[in-house]
Amino acid sequence: MMFAEQVFKKLGFSEVWYFIMNYLSGVFKGYHMVMIRMLGEYLLLMFTTFKRPDKGPVFRRQLMTEFIGLGVDSFGIVAIISVFTGAIVAIQTAYNIDSPLIPLSMVGFTTRQMVILEFSPTIISLILAGKVGSRIASEIGTMRVTEQIDALRVMGVNPANYLILPKITAAMLFNPVLITFSIVLGIFGGWGACVVTDLVTSTDFIQGLRGWFEPFTVTYAMIKTLVFAFIISSVSGFLGYNVQGGSIEVGRASTKAVVYSSILIIFFDLILTQLLLI
Amino acid sequence: MIFVKNISKSFAERVVLDNISTSFEKGKTNLIIGQSGSGKTVLMKCCIGLLDPDGGEILYDNRPFSGISEKRKQDIRKEMGVLFQGGALFDSFTVEQNVMFPLNMFTDLSNEEKLERVNFCLKRVNLVNVNNLYPSEISGGMMKRVAIARAISNSPSYLFCDEPNSGLDPKTAEVIDELISEITQEYNITTVINTHDMNSVLQIGQRITFLYNGRLWWEGDKNTILDTDNPELRDFVFSTELTRRIIK
Repeated sequence: MMFAEQVFKKLGFSEVWYFIMNYLSGVFKGYHMVMIRMLGEYLLLMFTTFKRPDKGPVFRRQLMTEFIGLGVDSFGIVAIISVFTGAIVAIQTAYNIDSPLIPLSMVGFTTRQMVILEFSPTIISLILAGKVGSRIASEIGTMRVTEQIDALRVMGVNPANYLILPKITAAMLFNPVLITFSIVLGIFGGWGACVVTDLVTSTDFIQGLRGWFEPFTVTYAMIKTLVFAFIISSVSGFLGYNVQGGSIEVGRASTKAVVYSSILIIFFDLILTQLLLI
Repeated sequence: MIFVKNISKSFAERVVLDNISTSFEKGKTNLIIGQSGSGKTVLMKCCIGLLDPDGGEILYDNRPFSGISEKRKQDIRKEMGVLFQGGALFDSFTVEQNVMFPLNMFTDLSNEEKLERVNFCLKRVNLVNVNNLYPSEISGGMMKRVAIARAISNSPSYLFCDEPNSGLDPKTAEVIDELISEITQEYNITTVINTHDMNSVLQIGQRITFLYNGRLWWEGDKNTILDTDNPELRDFVFSTELTRRIIK
């Protein structure tokens, strides 16, 4: 116990972190072996997935299909959620600024920071975990139960590489585009809400938006986006790939994909924030 | 030619295959028959590498297939065509894309050459004007024929069929059996068929392996199976009212 505490401290984590981890290990007591086995299976699958594709042109065609399925098709939901999230953040910030000593331009500044640091990369990734994660798990899971994956295997194709690699690649290449789009729309939504409700003038909002900008916040957002994209696509792919049984199990895998991806996104959000911002 | 030597397979405490040794001859339709649960699907899955046997070895034209790396298995699998029970067609692909899939993955043919080969294979299984249909838009019998076309598109040396007649009416089942038999002789391939359909056995059973409770119980062909005095095999062969009436 003492050794673990020392290691945590050496790694730069505070005592609070140590207690959180200790508490979680108590909660998951008894599930350790299951979790370790699952992690092992996940790593083995990733090892099989990250191989050179059998045919470049086939991989590129698959990638284009996934760009559309996982990326382009998500623009609508990302746009709606981003505009409304940005608007809500701006209105709530304006509502909470009571003191006349705080300039109203802070609304623009806060909206920008909130959207870039947390709302776009994390909330949108959680939404994508639901939309994209369930799609990946159910698609691959159905292929498993209808023997399509076995058919690929006996043809001499590496099914994990053929099915999962294009999805991971597409998610990691396209999610940064989606998140950038979300950031722009979120800030626009905040500005629109302030102007329409007359809480803050357009000039004040834009002044705050342009002030005290730290470029690293965008880098931080993109690092988070890439990690979350990998989590969503690989975890969902893993759960779909290992489905055994029939339609009920496919449904379960789809639900698990959303739940596990969401938990891991939140968990890694905490880790990355600790590592990159503090 | 495929040699199966002393293959055993257990799931937990249950022995599914018990020291099976047999061979599947080239240019012949080799049938594995037996009741449900006799181990024929497990034997076929061991042969195509979807399951690893606990013991014994499988040789494809004297090349070992068990206990080798996945890469070497993949090379041998490229010479196999497999017809799954449900067809296992890729449902996001059209019929044409399904049949073209092995050609896309393992050949460097031009698009025109691939299309020509696809049309040839589809015509061979008596399917025309279905290229742009999806698997969900065609009948069960057509699905099986598309699956056969896909299995032969890459000119395999070995063809495995898992219950090719399941879910088909007797007439369509006969057409599928005939087709598999013709293709086997035409291309001189080693065909292994897993079935419990006695019509298939009597129609195309050039070499028959009967499994009983995970053991090799009897070997012969369609000409000798009706005269057998093996009680378990007789029980299997004459289990339907139709066969009993014919014998009477």
